[in-house]
Amino acid sequence: MSEAVLPPQFAELERWAATWCLATEPERWAQRQHSSMQELQAFYDACFPRAEEAIAWCDRFPLDAMPADAERLFQLLHSLLLVSYAVEVWRQPEVIHAGSAQIDRILEPRP
Amino acid sequence: MLFPAEGPQVARFQKPAEGTWTEHHPELGTDFVSFEDSISPAFYEREREAIFQRAWLNVGRVEQLPRNGSYFTKQLPGASIIVSRDLDGRIRAFHNVCRHRGNKLVWDGTPRGETRGNARQFVCKYHGWRYGLDGACTYVHQQDQFFDLRREELGLASVHCDTWAGFVFVNLAREPQQSLRSYLGTMVGALEGYPFDRMTERYSFRAVNASNWKVFSDAFQEYYHVPPLHTHQLGPTPEARNPEYTFEAAHYQLDGPHRMVTTSGTHKHQWPKEHLYPSEALTRSGSTGPWDAPDLGGKLAGVNPSGIARWGIDNFQVFPNLEILIYERGWYVTYHYWPTSHNTHVFEGDLYFVPARSARERLAHEYAAITFKEYGLQDCGTLDGTQMGLEQRAFGEFPLNDQEILVRHFHKTVGDWVAAHAREREGAPAR
Repeated sequence: MSEAVLPPQFAELERWAATWCLATEPERWAQRQHSSMQELQAFYDACFPRAEEAIAWCDRFPLDAMPADAERLFQLLHSLLLVSYAVEVWRQPEVIHAGSAQIDRILEPRP
Repeated sequence: MLFPAEGPQVARFQKPAEGTWTEHHPELGTDFVSFEDSISPAFYEREREAIFQRAWLNVGRVEQLPRNGSYFTKQLPGASIIVSRDLDGRIRAFHNVCRHRGNKLVWDGTPRGETRGNARQFVCKYHGWRYGLDGACTYVHQQDQFFDLRREELGLASVHCDTWAGFVFVNLAREPQQSLRSYLGTMVGALEGYPFDRMTERYSFRAVNASNWKVFSDAFQEYYHVPPLHTHQLGPTPEARNPEYTFEAAHYQLDGPHRMVTTSGTHKHQWPKEHLYPSEALTRSGSTGPWDAPDLGGKLAGVNPSGIARWGIDNFQVFPNLEILIYERGWYVTYHYWPTSHNTHVFEGDLYFVPARSARERLAHEYAAITFKEYGLQDCGTLDGTQMGLEQRAFGEFPLNDQEILVRHFHKTVGDWVAAHAREREGAPAR
């Protein structure tokens, strides 16, 4: 078992950290596209119920000075929001009617 | 692409005395419209010269040039340029071409890509010629090998450059026919005092699309397509997600080559929770942006010009290829469409927010940015098909309804510019 990366009270989400604690949208997007609907649904079902609590936890720290474990949790929340579209809206990993189109996020605020 | 800020209840709005927006502008007519201008390689060549070599083009924001010495490159149709802030703080633009043998001057990795950074001078990779940020040639390698070379006469080729409301514009004409402010006119010009400068948290998106630049722009000049194409955007419930839901924009306005549309409706943050996606409720955000607006002070310059109640979005189309969408919730978006051939273009979408002060605010911005891409992909995918369909030439002309008045105005304006340029070239007096 690898070392815990999330704040201790979110230990139950630890099993998703290796896959979904990703720093940038291009990485998260690629992960969503490479995941099955079962995997996305399982991640969503595990994380969404804890999301409000996780946001509140991250909100205790300044955006640019989060402790490492809160920052990882923050990344997990970013992934959850991206996955939410597959689960809540499209009910499939891909956007309906997107065809072969691609839109790249080339700049995003950090932190 | 973006949800029209309408609730399930449909509002109806006062139209001009003629009864329709289109007939208020008789020069537009109500006939079927040809999109040959979007599929013809020959027309594209004329358009590139008549429009992209003569109109003021927005290439970025002043925030992209934060310090003296900041620069970025930008590929325009037919010309790569350098935009820089010189050592006196003045913003300038130059053709990105070395005076010596015409090599592309500033690039990083590949001459086909864009770059940005901070520099005290530009050095040509080929023979080492150097230029100051004011474009002056400062060094010629082995100058004594040349023939009566006067270095001071060999600076970079300047491009006309001006700023308005923090937007940096260039004009590739030798002498632009109008100043930038005169070109922008009163409708767009009224946005001058809008607090764009406070919205510095930026998300940038780029797509290479297999359609003419105007075909993509057309989709964002009307909201008629939103209920059928973006059905999911309306919400998770059958009541919200009704593809037969009808939409009317509250106000349309034309000013010279520019145009705008205003939407009105029940804001998403006022919707009953059962009509929201769980993540919308969680983040208090979505397609009309974060629900909790920043305090921008009093009345905002230039927005909602017709004073519509329950104002939602203003969508300003600045000719030829810039759109500025200003949201009631205190953020804005820009679109740019850069043609690369008659049936390809690069689309840029940029979202600008007042910088988040907390993790919760950032996630509200993030969810709006995610939403932008999800529905934007539907537009990109569909418009690929539009280009294919138009190129089939199964039909010569197409009907446009009153909600598509801006599409009609856009294609007429493009045609007028191309025709006027042709008359000028033939020596006939321009209209």
